[in-house]
Amino acid sequence: MLKDITFGQYYENDSFVHKLDPRTKMLLLIAVIVFIFVSQNAVALSLVALLILFSVLLSKVPLKMYFKNLKAVFPIIIFTMIINLFYNASGDVLVSFWKLSITTGSLYRAFYMAARILLLIIASAELTYTTTPNDLTDAIEKLLSPLKFIGLKNAVHTLAMMMTIALRFIPTLIEETQKIMNAQKARGADLESGKLIDRIKALIPILIPLLISSVRRAYELAEAMECRCYNGGEGRQRMKQLKYHSNDFIAFAVVVVVCATVVAVNMIL
Amino acid sequence: MDNIIEVKNITFEYEDSDQKDTVLKDFSLNIKRGSFTVILGHNGSGKSTLAKLLNGLYKVTDGEILVDGISTSDEEHEIEIKRRVGLVFQNPDNQLVASIVEEDVAFGPENLGHAPDVIRAEVDEALKSVGMYEFRKSTPHRLSGGQKQRIAIAGIIAMKPDCIVLDEPTAMLDPKGRAEIISTIKKLNRENGITIVLITHFMEEAVDADRVIVMDSGKIVADSTPKDIFSNIKLLKEVGLDVPQTTELLYRLKSGGMNITTDVISIEESAQKIYDAIHLEEI
Repeated sequence: MLKDITFGQYYENDSFVHKLDPRTKMLLLIAVIVFIFVSQNAVALSLVALLILFSVLLSKVPLKMYFKNLKAVFPIIIFTMIINLFYNASGDVLVSFWKLSITTGSLYRAFYMAARILLLIIASAELTYTTTPNDLTDAIEKLLSPLKFIGLKNAVHTLAMMMTIALRFIPTLIEETQKIMNAQKARGADLESGKLIDRIKALIPILIPLLISSVRRAYELAEAMECRCYNGGEGRQRMKQLKYHSNDFIAFAVVVVVCATVVAVNMIL
Repeated sequence: MDNIIEVKNITFEYEDSDQKDTVLKDFSLNIKRGSFTVILGHNGSGKSTLAKLLNGLYKVTDGEILVDGISTSDEEHEIEIKRRVGLVFQNPDNQLVASIVEEDVAFGPENLGHAPDVIRAEVDEALKSVGMYEFRKSTPHRLSGGQKQRIAIAGIIAMKPDCIVLDEPTAMLDPKGRAEIISTIKKLNRENGITIVLITHFMEEAVDADRVIVMDSGKIVADSTPKDIFSNIKLLKEVGLDVPQTTELLYRLKSGGMNITTDVISIEESAQKIYDAIHLEEI
């Protein structure tokens, strides 16, 4: 059922990675992504790859789930490999036809690029597997909070509030969409067959009631929030406080060491 | 007992289009501290508007509403008035803000800027008082309508209000959810001493109230005890209220010439009443 949808792809478990502060995970993901691109040779990249692999094993999320994620981006990886295969012309020519040729350099380049994309996907997936959307929202709010010093005080709070409300209403709206679809089907609406244009047209009687009811919901929610003394971010306190633990510092240390090694390897090789 | 809310000769008009729509005119009402008041009325009787006026969500066009002596038009005390008079709405889905129960309940105290550990205590206490403590880590969309509405009530209780106004809190619920809400409200009134103003169009919910007010087109047409109101079925029907089946039966028996009163609601009491009446006639 649509109702049981879990958004994001949080995989409940109790691992070292799960228990890290969401801010730590987010910052480390950014660092790892940067260093995937900073790595200029296979040795440096495999260092980053080892770090990612190590954290994946630590997360205790079944590898099957990562493969499932990769399947979706497989066409992009293949496409990138093909482009790179003919683009770089260094090294010995292996195969050559028409004006195109595959060289050792281009072959190396193709696999190198594919590895980069793979690592990107795996690292980002790990964050969503091990962190709930709510924690991610809290982390974004906290990480962006320095922005309030440059006059964006309310913007950070508003963004976080919007994300919280969006997460809260996704299942409600999915349920509502299902109800409207059923109501329209009961009146003989044909949603599944016909040409693409017909099917898009058939969506209009679903989207319009959905839009109208969302506006009504928004209005009622605004009143309810006002009744609960909501007054923007001014003077607002949070019940849940994020706190760094010793594990977070260990994780930071490990990633810093690996990143430093990557820089060193880049310079030496 | 003193009055927690004093409504003094208020007038309220909607001004969203060219024409002015007067909902309430020269309307007065006092709510006693610690009381359980039910306001009965059909759609369009002005009862929902009254609810939104009581905590200052809407501002009166004329007259004055005092909450503990503070006017709801007083901009300076706007937040404090909303804290003292909590408002619960009809649709539980449209009142919940966060996707985790305890975080939603924390929303009110968070806005009031309480310290994190104080909020924690307020949230736990509020959840316990509505019997939803074991669901604190759950997500609202997996709960039933009655449970969601109890969370909405907990969200108000967490702000430690003196009075809760509930605007048709059971209208969208099934009978089970309705019973849950009514017993929660009664408990809050008796055990926590919170003043309750319950706005509804279900007569049954007024049985245990201290006072029942019947409203029709912006006016109070009756204001008395539940027993008194329920014996006046003709009036209730005139203002378009749904009368419970048992009361309806008693009413018809009465108008058919049986010597019977219509001031009970429960099936058992009604059965006893009919039995007694038949018995009496036989003698």
